[in-house]
Amino acid sequence: MTTAERAARRATPGGVTSPGRRSARTPADAALLLIGACFVLPLLWLVFASLDTKAGYETRLPASASLTNFAAVLTPELLIRPLWNSLLLSGGTATVTLVAAVLAAYPLSRFESRFNRPFLYSILCGTCLPVTAIMVPVYGLFVQLRLLDSMPATVFFMAATALPMAIWMTKNFMDTVPVSLEEAAWVDGASGLTALRTVVLPLMRQGLGVVFIFVFIQTWGNFFVPFVLLLSPSKQPASVSIFSFFGQHGAIAYGQLAAFSILYSVPVLVLYVLVARGASGSFALSGAMKG
Amino acid sequence: MPARKSVRRQLRLLPVVPSVLLILLFLAAPVLWSFHASFTNAALSGRNARSPAWTGLENYTRLLSDAAFPASVVLTMVFVVASAIVGQNLLGLLIAGLMTRARKTVSAVVGTAVVAAWVLPEIVAAFAAYAYFSRDGTLNQLLGGAGLAGADWLYAFPMVAVVLANIWRGTAFSMLVYRAALADVPRDISEAALMDGAAGWQRLVFITLPLIRSSIATNLMLVTLQTLAVFTLIWVMTAGGPSNASTTLPVLAYQEAFKFGDIGYGTAIASVLIVLGLVFGIGYVRLLKGDRR
Repeated sequence: MTTAERAARRATPGGVTSPGRRSARTPADAALLLIGACFVLPLLWLVFASLDTKAGYETRLPASASLTNFAAVLTPELLIRPLWNSLLLSGGTATVTLVAAVLAAYPLSRFESRFNRPFLYSILCGTCLPVTAIMVPVYGLFVQLRLLDSMPATVFFMAATALPMAIWMTKNFMDTVPVSLEEAAWVDGASGLTALRTVVLPLMRQGLGVVFIFVFIQTWGNFFVPFVLLLSPSKQPASVSIFSFFGQHGAIAYGQLAAFSILYSVPVLVLYVLVARGASGSFALSGAMKG
Repeated sequence: MPARKSVRRQLRLLPVVPSVLLILLFLAAPVLWSFHASFTNAALSGRNARSPAWTGLENYTRLLSDAAFPASVVLTMVFVVASAIVGQNLLGLLIAGLMTRARKTVSAVVGTAVVAAWVLPEIVAAFAAYAYFSRDGTLNQLLGGAGLAGADWLYAFPMVAVVLANIWRGTAFSMLVYRAALADVPRDISEAALMDGAAGWQRLVFITLPLIRSSIATNLMLVTLQTLAVFTLIWVMTAGGPSNASTTLPVLAYQEAFKFGDIGYGTAIASVLIVLGLVFGIGYVRLLKGDRR
């Protein structure tokens, strides 16, 4: 965790620690470790059960650790197709969101207009819309428009829900790119969008990566939206198929459920570490939160 | 000339159009449709699905007379206050505060553990929480190890279980917000207070908290909204049961619309949630606006 390191470095400038602070460290360490243990406990079951062929709901070290559970769920039907669907949904949503957000953020960041402030504040208000609350009306709307069980429609819907936050973040990242660089391009006769593509975007690569991964992780983990909008099992992502697996086999195959959960979680854990390493977690968050 | 200039000005806004269309079609339209459908007897299937009839305020009067609705409002408030405003918020502040004093490696390890619960896909977090609180689960094992009698948490105390699970799941957000906020508190201010002999809690109440008050307000608003919308965690752990004992508003809206097929009534509940979200959203925007002045 780079953020933690940075915070700690800031806390002790130059690495000089006063004696009073050093003595205060041990109780703080102990309290933190206790809290950390409470947070790890529920996850231990997941790891142990995935390695245990006779797993139940209790947390115990498997009598003999084996990868049998992983092998059992690694079938096209059970795991590969749902993961592929998750990838399509998340990749599609992140791409649509990023393209739309970059296009929208550019004029908002670069040109003064009466339209900017009201638009940005209604966007911000939109980030506050509880998505679970609109699922019932969205279902109704999808039925009327005959969009139910359509992957592209689901992608566009999820992109729309991610857009307010993405526009807000992208605009903040874009604001940090100095306008003077583009002005040079304009003088050379480049249009606004050419300047955006050749000057601004390359300079905010990292910010774009943060927005993309942010939306990807969010969509990858989303259960409720595909649960309501995608009906045929061949289109359902891992979050939904794991739920039906749980309903059908959960009572017997806890170990397989745990193995499935781990394989499904690994991609987002890796992506999160990438963002946290590259841009530092608090940076990504402050991009989203500060106006 | 001025006319052409203003046309060019308008054209500059053209790239915003795709976003506006997406938001209008997939966010604004469902919200409006929700308010509309809540005044009809729209159903999931059958005759009322094809041609719903206008029923006026019937769904809303039913909300008030249906015992499940006020009970659900109370449960939602308990869930939000206990798990977000008190649980996630205070625990996040506590962890962030401890991290400013603790060793680097300890902060890093604990930070990773807290964030892990938050980054996991929600359905996986919900399974882990279900296993943890189930009759043979880890919590009862721990209590048994300490010589205490366990309980069947998901049936006997479903709200306690989902509140604790949501604290576990969501505290990372508050922790990250407060860590960023505390890192911005100038070191010399609190050290000056230390010189003046201010005790730890005095420094916290009179110096640190006022300095980070805008982060506190923002965080409270956001965790409230996130918690208001929690569905998956509760759905997997208790499905709102036993007998509605943990049915918060999103779960109730889902049940009415999809289990009982009453879209009209479900959208009425959804509309109440949307209005709640908008009220908080406007409050949040005002807060940020005031911040900048």
